[in-house]
Amino acid sequence: MSGSPAEATALIDEAFAGRVLERALARGGDFAEVFCEERAGFSISVDESRVERPQSGHERGAGIRVVTGETTRYAHVDGLGEDDLLRAADTLAAAQEGEATEPHPVKAAEPPELQEIEIDPASVPAERKAELLRELDERARAAGSDVAQVSASYSEGRRRVAVANSEGLEASDDRTRVRLGAQVVARRNGSVETGFETLGAHRGFELLEDDPARIAEQAARKALDLVGADPAPAGEMTVVVGGGFGGVLFHEMTGHGLEADAVQKGASVYAGKIGEKVAEPLLTAYDDGRMPGEWGTGAIDDEGTPCRRTAVIEEGKLTSYLYDRLRARRDGTESTGNGRRESFRDLPIPRMTNTYIQPGEAKPEEIIAEVDRGFYAVSFAGGQVEPATGDFVFGVSEGYLIEGGKVSRPCRGATLIGNCLQALTRIDAVGSDFEMKTGFCGKAGQTAPVGTGQGHVRIRGITVGGTAV
Amino acid sequence: MTEVAIDVLAQAAQGVVDAATGAGAGAAEAWAEGSREREVRVHGGEVESLTEASGRGVGVRAWIGERTGYAYGTDLSESGLAEVAGAAVGAARVADADPNAGPPEPAGEPPSIEGLRDEAVAATGTADVIELAKRIERTALDRDKRISGVEEVVYVDEDGQVALASSRGHRGSFASSVAYSFLQAMAADDGDVETGLGFGVGRSPEALDPEEIGIEAADEASSMLGASKPGSRSCPVVLSDRVAASFAGFIGGALSADEVQRGRSPFAERLGDELASEALVLIDDGIDPAGLASAPFDGEGTPRGRTPLLADGRLLAYLHDSYTARRGGAASTGNAARSSYRSPPSVRPSNLVIEPGERTLEQLIADAGDGVYITEVAGLHSGVNPVTGRYSVGASGRTIKGGELADPVREFTIAGDLLETLAAVRAVGSEPRWVPFGGSVRSAPFLVGEMTIGGA
Repeated sequence: MSGSPAEATALIDEAFAGRVLERALARGGDFAEVFCEERAGFSISVDESRVERPQSGHERGAGIRVVTGETTRYAHVDGLGEDDLLRAADTLAAAQEGEATEPHPVKAAEPPELQEIEIDPASVPAERKAELLRELDERARAAGSDVAQVSASYSEGRRRVAVANSEGLEASDDRTRVRLGAQVVARRNGSVETGFETLGAHRGFELLEDDPARIAEQAARKALDLVGADPAPAGEMTVVVGGGFGGVLFHEMTGHGLEADAVQKGASVYAGKIGEKVAEPLLTAYDDGRMPGEWGTGAIDDEGTPCRRTAVIEEGKLTSYLYDRLRARRDGTESTGNGRRESFRDLPIPRMTNTYIQPGEAKPEEIIAEVDRGFYAVSFAGGQVEPATGDFVFGVSEGYLIEGGKVSRPCRGATLIGNCLQALTRIDAVGSDFEMKTGFCGKAGQTAPVGTGQGHVRIRGITVGGTAV
Repeated sequence: MTEVAIDVLAQAAQGVVDAATGAGAGAAEAWAEGSREREVRVHGGEVESLTEASGRGVGVRAWIGERTGYAYGTDLSESGLAEVAGAAVGAARVADADPNAGPPEPAGEPPSIEGLRDEAVAATGTADVIELAKRIERTALDRDKRISGVEEVVYVDEDGQVALASSRGHRGSFASSVAYSFLQAMAADDGDVETGLGFGVGRSPEALDPEEIGIEAADEASSMLGASKPGSRSCPVVLSDRVAASFAGFIGGALSADEVQRGRSPFAERLGDELASEALVLIDDGIDPAGLASAPFDGEGTPRGRTPLLADGRLLAYLHDSYTARRGGAASTGNAARSSYRSPPSVRPSNLVIEPGERTLEQLIADAGDGVYITEVAGLHSGVNPVTGRYSVGASGRTIKGGELADPVREFTIAGDLLETLAAVRAVGSEPRWVPFGGSVRSAPFLVGEMTIGGA
């Protein structure tokens, strides 16, 4: 079966990479790198029960950087034409004023194990994808008569990347990702609510073998539960955060503040806190770019460093920041494999991969049972943090009141807001359940696929912003 | 970096249209772009990174009867164009038939707009824009001794060209430029750290005032020092021009006829209704040369224009492209937007213009009496629901006491309903400013009679 991706020809050969690096360093520089990429994707959606917006794209391009002291110069071009790359290298060299630096001969590193893709999504007929979307549409509509609108989308993408640098490294990766999303609008007596659910992975079409249309039903269920619900309360209370996408809380609250670029500029509340207690001993958390099949997984990062698992908090103590090469060099340490970029058009910066809180001891129902009055945030629409001050905000997409230790009424329109350091110390229970979810993280104008995960987590005292005062 | 000549783009656009009709499309339309970009990031008086780039690509829409497909690529060679055309035709075959799908009707001659491109963007050397960014940082650092640092100053400019061609004989091209800079300044005092944002935007670096940009960030950061969390309540609120722009973007997005027709907008079935305060007049203006989204034609070749959306308290129009116009029995308002050649056109505002009112910011604050002045909102992408019109977002600003600005406040939410908020606007400020948030908005602050504050 022609399921697995075709053995791709190399994006750049060693000899040519060597010439580009030599030209880039012709007038000096500490470090040079060439990053080549080929991206291909297809997406399609269903809306109003009609399959629409089929689109495909194909791009190739390269970015070259030269680092001299603390300054990085970068040039990128569309296409992988030899002349274009050499011209870009010359542009970078022209800005230097020194003697040539001799790059180390480029030699392919021991290839890291690539994520296995069983069924190349590009080999699956587009009609099959259209059919799948029709199934999602029907499942959502069957969930209840108050379902008013259903839209769903399918997308697949393949990124082949190759990187070579003046320290002699050469490495490559081949990343295929598939994602399905469903959005449902429910209406009842003039009240309108939305529900959203996704399924995505760094895997092939095999991801969608096991009843993927269930997500449409889940999205419909969320919208139907909320329609007619009371507005969320406003004020400070105990909040239980659900598993899975609840992990976006940790991603925003802590993950961003651990990215070494923010730390080195003093623009993170976690600066200077390595080894310090930042949470109760029940909290241990990781960034792990090697989790099989997860959304933020890769064999290497976009600088050629193998992805790895990094403990960022161990039993409440802050243990590591997340580094790319540049920031690691500045701190006299090694890259943690977090140098990521959206495409060849961007410089790598420290980014999370898959970030999660390690499961704890408590059962989710016990965590809730201990709350007399509080808020249960099952899932979020997203969140944002200002790492310099630690202020964060999250939009709750599915939330309920907790009364007398029981989940009671659903509430709509809630937002959680607070300060990271304070909220982190207030986590007093971590559930034994565990789930990973997919997300898109934006930073410095670049979007990256990230995984977030956790079980149920309880935070004592966090501000819920609703409309009911 | 070499620039792609406009005739190369025009040829590529025509070539891919011909290839698509040759491959079985009944009609086709192509959008080709070429650009040069420059980005400087400065930190601590040094250049942290300098990026120079050239880019080019083409996107094509293909129609087979009532089916539409889209594809894009970066390879402008003959074989590259044939591949893109084939992919678009292949995509179209998968779509369901839609009676309203089809190429846009030929529309009138596009207006000629002077000043979309400023030569100075290409004529200004990289050393000069580096100096500009450094001056912004120095200004912020020197403004107040409590300014502890600047995360980074980012300067970006772009010089681009577009060519459009279609099998119905549409031909068009234009050039435009943009330059902008922003920074995040940090102020520290007694263990408290606050941040402030400053920005400037224009057609070339000459349009940016480094002092003004640096001062805005520094003053905002230092004014927030000592901020506390306000108590939960309902009260009058003044939205700064920046926050008002985000709010206008929220309104503009919900006025897309595509969302309206699909039943995903609080404005659905409200055309002509009296639903807003008379104080708020909102216009979609795609031809003001100062507006960054201005162009002679939109993403499918329809002339851009000026569409009043809210006036005298009434909802006057939705935003249309050719598809929603056909479906809704209206005329396209020239609002088919493209983020780039990588995406097909979709209905979006061009430049939103909030008509300035008669009260200065000081007067709006005095009018509020006791309330909150909001200078920053966060979490818009998750806290705003464009389908229901409800929002709940993080905010920071200053309290207003006795008609004057008082203590800084942060870590609270503002929440409400879009239509209720529109009706509650009491006055709009008299000092307009172009703001690149919420799209491209000529914004002004406004006073809202009542909003819910969620705090301690």
